Amino acid sequence: MHRAAYETILDDPMFGDISLTQFLFGRLTWEAIPYHEPILVVTFAVVALGGIALLGLITKFKLWGYLWHEWFTSVDHKKIGIMYIILAIIMLLRGFADAIMMRIQQAIAFGGNEGYLNPHHYDQIFTAHGVIMIFFVAMPFVTGFMNYVVPLQIGARDVSFPFLNNFSFWMTTGGAVIIMMSLFVGEFARTGWLAYPPLSGADYSPGVGVDYYIWGLQVAGVGTTLSGINLIATIVKMRAPGMTFMKMPVFTWTSLCTNILIVATFPILTATLALLSLDRYVGTNFFTNDLGGNPMMYINLIWIWGHPEVYILVLPAFGIFSEVVATFCGKRLFGYTSMVYATCVIMILSYIVWLHHFFTMGSGASVNAFFGITTMIISIPTGAKMFNWLFTMYRGRIRYEVPMLWTVGFMVTFVIGGMTGVMLAIPPADFVLHNSLFLIAHFHNVIIGGVLFGLMAGVVYWFPKAFGYKLDPFWGKMSFWFWQIGFFFAFMPLYVLGLMGVTRRVSQFEDPTLQIWFVIAAFGAALIALGIASFVIQLVVSFFKRDELRVTSGDPWDGRTLEWSTSSPPPDYNFAFTPVVHDHDSWYDMKSRGYERPLEGFKPIHMPKNTGTGVVLSAISVVLAFALIWYIWWLAALSFIALIAVSIAHTFNYDRDFFISAETVTATEDARTKLLAERT
Amino acid sequence: MSATQVHDTGEKPTFYLTEDHHPENSTMLGFWLYLMSDCLIFAVLFATHGVLGRNYAAGPSPADLFDLSLVAINTAMLLLSSITYGFAMLQMERNAKMETLVWLGITGVFGAAFLALELYEFYHLIHEGAGPTRSAFLSSFFTLVGTHGLHVTFGIIWLVTLMVQVRKHGLTHENRRRLMCLSMFWHFLDVIWIGVFSFVYLLGVLG
Amino acid sequence: MPKPFSLARVSILPLMLVLLSGCNMVVMSPSGDIATQQRDLIVISTILMLVIIIPVIAMTLYFAWHYRQSNTAAKYDPEWHHSTGLEVAIWSAPLAIIIALGAITWVSTHKLDPYRPLERLDAARPVTEEMKPITVEVVALDWKWLFFYPDYGIATVNEMAAPVDVPINFKLTASSVMNSFYVPALAGMIYTMPGMETKLHAVINRQGEYEGLSSNYSGDGFSHMRFKFHGLDQAGFDAWIARVKQNGTALNRDAYLKLEKPSAKEPVRYYATVDDGLYEAVLNMCVREGQMCMKDMMHIDMTGGAGKESHENKAKLEHDNRHAKDEAPAATFPETGNPARSEEPAEGVEENPATMNHDAHQSH
Repeated sequence: MHRAAYETILDDPMFGDISLTQFLFGRLTWEAIPYHEPILVVTFAVVALGGIALLGLITKFKLWGYLWHEWFTSVDHKKIGIMYIILAIIMLLRGFADAIMMRIQQAIAFGGNEGYLNPHHYDQIFTAHGVIMIFFVAMPFVTGFMNYVVPLQIGARDVSFPFLNNFSFWMTTGGAVIIMMSLFVGEFARTGWLAYPPLSGADYSPGVGVDYYIWGLQVAGVGTTLSGINLIATIVKMRAPGMTFMKMPVFTWTSLCTNILIVATFPILTATLALLSLDRYVGTNFFTNDLGGNPMMYINLIWIWGHPEVYILVLPAFGIFSEVVATFCGKRLFGYTSMVYATCVIMILSYIVWLHHFFTMGSGASVNAFFGITTMIISIPTGAKMFNWLFTMYRGRIRYEVPMLWTVGFMVTFVIGGMTGVMLAIPPADFVLHNSLFLIAHFHNVIIGGVLFGLMAGVVYWFPKAFGYKLDPFWGKMSFWFWQIGFFFAFMPLYVLGLMGVTRRVSQFEDPTLQIWFVIAAFGAALIALGIASFVIQLVVSFFKRDELRVTSGDPWDGRTLEWSTSSPPPDYNFAFTPVVHDHDSWYDMKSRGYERPLEGFKPIHMPKNTGTGVVLSAISVVLAFALIWYIWWLAALSFIALIAVSIAHTFNYDRDFFISAETVTATEDARTKLLAERT
Repeated sequence: MSATQVHDTGEKPTFYLTEDHHPENSTMLGFWLYLMSDCLIFAVLFATHGVLGRNYAAGPSPADLFDLSLVAINTAMLLLSSITYGFAMLQMERNAKMETLVWLGITGVFGAAFLALELYEFYHLIHEGAGPTRSAFLSSFFTLVGTHGLHVTFGIIWLVTLMVQVRKHGLTHENRRRLMCLSMFWHFLDVIWIGVFSFVYLLGVLG
Repeated sequence: MPKPFSLARVSILPLMLVLLSGCNMVVMSPSGDIATQQRDLIVISTILMLVIIIPVIAMTLYFAWHYRQSNTAAKYDPEWHHSTGLEVAIWSAPLAIIIALGAITWVSTHKLDPYRPLERLDAARPVTEEMKPITVEVVALDWKWLFFYPDYGIATVNEMAAPVDVPINFKLTASSVMNSFYVPALAGMIYTMPGMETKLHAVINRQGEYEGLSSNYSGDGFSHMRFKFHGLDQAGFDAWIARVKQNGTALNRDAYLKLEKPSAKEPVRYYATVDDGLYEAVLNMCVREGQMCMKDMMHIDMTGGAGKESHENKAKLEHDNRHAKDEAPAATFPETGNPARSEEPAEGVEENPATMNHDAHQSH
């Protein structure tokens, strides 16, 4: 048994044996800084130089005040949504750098060659890759879209709890900061992205890596749960008059289901990680081998969260595809009702399949078969959705703008991932495929082919709404084709390798016949890198060509839902007058029945005030997490007290809203009237 | 269903409200959702106790450790505090600021008494060598009961904060909403405690 | 090697057709009956699903092409969005496939349950009463495999053998963290967990040397946690047993406790004799002198615990298989108990001097 952190303290009469340095810095020493590891030093130099350059530019152009007042402290759901997506894109670069490093290592580490990453590094990299891609790329990306789009689609002026929204964003960012810190101070977990005990317990992972993992996820998890609550309340309570549940846009429906899943599962993750941290910090015996602990409990609990999590990611992507396919086919979505029911069925079923992640743990045959069959049942509503998109294209008039390309790419790619998923759901087949590269290929197939393609479609689709100009289509198409082809090159070889009996998380190989497949996969990863580069170039090029790409109408794609009825970008208050809904595809309905934009009679609009409390609370949380990771107890106590004090102080502020004056609204709307007039 | 609806393009319904639109307040729904998420945290802890609750690691069992009469007093404290919170809410309905504050104060005292008894029990157990590191059963016991106690602690901090705010600003609309939220929280903790009392203490000793 | 199921390969990965013919997909052409049946399931389910997947992909591509904006000849019907008949079809087509797959799943999961004793050696030969299975007790150590052969009183590290066409009863456990025992040519994998026993029943039908590995990540030395599995004829197996007996040393509790310490890339080792009940002790985490066995602890717990005066039991139950306490006190740094950058990699775990810093470790 290891010595729990607190026991050490109790042993020392009033820290008698602890030197002042140890009291002040806990287990943080110079040794924690990896200044002798060239890869990390170079990375640090690049990040530091980039950071200094960025800070310098912000200072030079005197943007600090602007950023603080207009963005960081903003409670506007649109700005928060955009900030979420920026966070996701930044973290995508980090997560993808990890992926490339793994691909290179596996492509060269054959025979006697050990590659350029020893296990100590490699194990951190695959853990970080999984954690970052799920928690800090996919999650903020999805949350960003829901934040930006849902209030606009339901005709609301903001979310239910605007301050909470800002706070949630900063907590997510705080989690990302903690994870990034582990790169340069200490180390990250070497346990795999779900940190199974006993390996992640204090006995077998005594370093700070798992502590970084735990606190990074806990801080971000607070944000995610609160944002889930916020969006459910928003969708349930803030819909425009006339918008019954069965008239909500499909993206709003999928967001509702996703947020229900978030609220119903993230607390389980929080509790499970809390128990793991008690094992590590206090020396309890929840998941230990000895004294009655049970590691299998952790594996069950983490997957009760973990399986719904993949639907949390993919449902909003399904929603995006539904919006895109209807818009670009110029046609109502086929089978709206069955689409909604399919979404709800998937939501419910996703709770009763978790055991398929560990058929090989030796549960009885009946248990395995039950979970295998429930898993397969999910493919029925998913299949129905696929057909709904297909028949929306049928008798449509398809405009191949970039979002539609991503959608067709998704439909072709995702069914392959769905098929391999059902294969994995058959327990005896899973016994030979589990933990193999076939499994890795499967979940990248559904997460890239499903979630990521959806998010990319969403970026191109809603970008003109958020910024007032379209994204350059040439670079968008480049990005799509590089991603699509790169995906097949990167992951089809992994299916083959899985069937060759190659398993995951291995950093060195002996069998030379495998190498060619890893080389092909590395080539695929390089193509994907070009896809990401094209995406970044697309953003830059479009920014410079923004006058050419300008969208004055607010409705560049001939959209069908309410977000396209307002200007691009929308005013702070979204809608000068709250829309009244008569049908789904309500903007299409309005357009086809001669809606005329109101030009006068504007009234003052009641809006929430910005606040910096979210930033402050998140910053204190990061300090608290850092102190706990490094056993700096005085700082932990201090920051914990500060956290409570700031929260209480915040509740004493009753002055939280203001009115946008009727004159301002009139001026804004008149400007738009003028713009629309110029256009015609 | 709107699916078969065919629109008459001549008809022009209203497409926007000219009056101010006030969506229903979402605070109660939001807080209720928060409580459900909290409930799931407790669900995990109960499940953990259900799985590990008999893993004594060749150590003491609930029958050796628990003093049911102490726990009964403890339970009474918490149940009474719920009742007195109810009285505070009744006074709030009557718009009686002072009375509301008094009942809130009494609620806080009962809550503090509950916590004190719980801490005494914990101290006693640890002193006997039955601390949270002794066995999986004790780990899950301390965590479940301790998490509940932590919630009560935060409830008391919140209660005091609200008392100050009511004193300062009176029973304003916002303060009433806050008192309602805390009321839900407080009763929720009561319900959880009934679960703890039945499943952890009673079933532990008798089962 | 004959490849009767090349059809499956072709259908799963049409893109890779050319390259595939050149590679050895052990999962698709295994040498043990259990793995063969598992392969058949992969093939059957793939074919069943392709019934629906191929039309979907074909329709997607056709619709995407036919209904493109520039093709004004294609019918355009912006209000068409509902068809009860079609809706029924799109829900029932996947449903039908899943009903078929579900039935197959239920039956095959029971038939191929790793806990279920074998009923056949292969499609043609059932297991009969007089066939005596061999028992192999497997322990996943950090980071090597230990195999006990209780019928022969021997043990081996990182190498195992079995006679062809004889049922093998595996009992598996681990010393510290979870691993997974996997011989792709033989049968599907099963987790190995400390303090717990899992089971696997399998048979090898063809002679040969096969790869075995841990398929569940378990730390530093995981990549090299591999062993050779020899499928031998009876004479060859007897010779292998004799060789182990002749060249082996003794595996007593002390030797086991030394072996248990973390190490990677361990060579093959033979043990001619094994202490009585050593596997049982490993399983119950009581190899070390003075430790209480898990089963005794569970027995006490079943009868209501050991009362308040049982403080000494705690130390007897603490398990330290990584031997952290054996190290000099200075090995943990600083005094707060845990080092900042984890323990040193174990002996034998290769470090790349170009990127790995040794100074940090020396200063411990």
